[in-house]
Amino acid sequence: MNLDVDGKEAFAYTAAHAIDAARPTVAFLHGAGLDHSWFGLQSRYFGYHGRNVLALDLPGHGRSAGPPLGSVEAMADWVVRVLDSQGLDKAALVGHSMGSLVALECAARHPERVERIALIGVAYPMKVSDAFLEAARENRHDAFDMSTIWGHAAQVPLGGNPNPGMWMYGDTLARLERLAPGVLYSDLKACNDYAAGLESAARVKCPALFLLGRRDVMTPPRAAAGLAQAIAGSRTLQIGSSGHSLMAEAPDAVLDALIEFLA
Amino acid sequence: MATPKYPGFDTLALHAGQSPDATTGSRAVPIYATTSYVFRDTEHAASLFNMERAGHVYSRISNPTVAVLEERVAALEGGVGAIATASGQAALHLAVATLLDAGQHVVASNSLYGGSHNLLGYTLRRFGIETTFVSPRDPRNFERAIRDNTRLVFGETLGNPGLDVLDIPAVAKVAHAAGLPLLVDSTFTTPWLMKPFELGADLLYHSATKFLGGHGVAIGGVLVDSGRFDWEKSGKFPQLTAPYDGFHGMDFEEESGTRAFLLRARREGLRDFGACMAPMTAFHILQGIETLHLRMPRHVDNARKVAAFLDAHPMVDSVGYPELPSHPDHELAKRLLPRGAGAVFSFNMKGGRPAGRAFIEALRVFSHLANVGDAKSLVIHPATTTHYRMSDEDLQKAGITAGTVRLSIGLEDAQDLIDDLGRALAAARKAAQ
Repeated sequence: MNLDVDGKEAFAYTAAHAIDAARPTVAFLHGAGLDHSWFGLQSRYFGYHGRNVLALDLPGHGRSAGPPLGSVEAMADWVVRVLDSQGLDKAALVGHSMGSLVALECAARHPERVERIALIGVAYPMKVSDAFLEAARENRHDAFDMSTIWGHAAQVPLGGNPNPGMWMYGDTLARLERLAPGVLYSDLKACNDYAAGLESAARVKCPALFLLGRRDVMTPPRAAAGLAQAIAGSRTLQIGSSGHSLMAEAPDAVLDALIEFLA
Repeated sequence: MATPKYPGFDTLALHAGQSPDATTGSRAVPIYATTSYVFRDTEHAASLFNMERAGHVYSRISNPTVAVLEERVAALEGGVGAIATASGQAALHLAVATLLDAGQHVVASNSLYGGSHNLLGYTLRRFGIETTFVSPRDPRNFERAIRDNTRLVFGETLGNPGLDVLDIPAVAKVAHAAGLPLLVDSTFTTPWLMKPFELGADLLYHSATKFLGGHGVAIGGVLVDSGRFDWEKSGKFPQLTAPYDGFHGMDFEEESGTRAFLLRARREGLRDFGACMAPMTAFHILQGIETLHLRMPRHVDNARKVAAFLDAHPMVDSVGYPELPSHPDHELAKRLLPRGAGAVFSFNMKGGRPAGRAFIEALRVFSHLANVGDAKSLVIHPATTTHYRMSDEDLQKAGITAGTVRLSIGLEDAQDLIDDLGRALAAARKAAQ
């Protein structure tokens, strides 16, 4: 569904259902350089199970007009303006990687608009290596390679994809290669610069779920411990087989955890 | 963190797509000889059917053994994914049927396998899909043939029968300028000799029967998508970018982005046309792929030796092998096929049909049959077999002569192959006198 947010075209996948303000809403927030389709299976499930689904393309990603928003805080405020554009009071937010920081920040800044947050593949601080940032700043292909290889568990290139016939590395690379120059760098810099994590976590009052891949080398589970401690009553679930791309590497485990959390 | 590295080709050829079986620990790929898969409960069943969960429902659509092959070939080609089919022909049909409707048009190289030519030139025409065939030697020929209703550009990486080398970067540029994808048949080159996606192709397929399987034991095809073609931006493919009543209003591109083509090809094409691969076939082809990186260098090495021998033989008029300076695409082959120009080629022998017949019948190591890409060396003489009803004049129109012989060079001792050919050429000379 095409949306008008701030006078610019934006896109949300709604699982082929019209938005109905009377139904509960789940918004999905993708990670750096990715788009709504990263949540394909999970967002489709909720769309066909009684929820409004807004699987968003953040500005500059997928089908949403650019430029990308340069900070986690700006993205968090943009999510609220998306809800406004649809006449929705509240939503549960499911974020992955960069999107998890956006969900966290949104819950802290707009507690009246966020019912609960699921943070998938999250870490704080979400520091990005100089080599990765530099490659992205120069729009070099090895930035895509780093994102692809570090973005999956080490066994992925040698293992089987739960989605029959698909090659996870190839799929990630193909998505990244569609990005406009500068978008990946903008995202990585936003993650790297985000400094409000612990303060914002302390302000979160809604239920929070941490969904972490035990084989994640980008945001290893230990790097989420500080945030988890800072959000009172949060729950953490680790998925043993998965790296950073949990929705692709362990789609059923992620969906099952979200079904239980969002029930 | 050190700069990360992708697994090498040889490692992917052995491992991609498969972890040791979680239940049994089986190291080899298990053959899942099952038609269907038990649902955990009704909710699980509904979620699988509605594509809310990943998994297998029915082996016409997907099967765990076949999925290993699909993922492995996608990994070797650098694609987003793949679909294995009942044959290479089924893979070509699946690609065309996924993208084109009646009233639409293909621009194809005229240097094609006969089966592909039949499918495009005659059979699909019956269903309203037209094809214009052009010489692949000049990329502008493709450009000139593109019409408003064209939806696909197609060629073979090494064309039949003359081994025309498709200038993929140039033809892809032409196709993309018109908002069209380039599909290539990569059977003769395999990913070990050429990675068409790195050169600009968008889709490719293999007759996996040939070098991928490599042992002449199973018929199969694999269709691979690079995920690089932007269907939405092209605006010419509502099949992928508009809601489809045949799949509950799904907009495949919106649903899955880079996976749109494969999603429709699997969910519609395998569902409705049903030309799926059997798990035993996938197992056979996987066994072949595990040694692809060892076999292809030997195929090429033997082919070079045989081509050099034939090129110098007094009974041979010409040898159509792109690594020889006499081949019109010699320079292009050096650029696009630095590891070698494959192991299937034709040569023209003196002495007409009687010589051809005597040649074939004198061979002892080469097997006389209609296939290529086997570990064993193969030979066919079109004028006395596949094309025997044609006059010499008609043969010439098809790009062959009464003395054309096609060889598929196998993995035997190269000197034994040369000795076999030498003996047969001597027999041919006698027959021609």
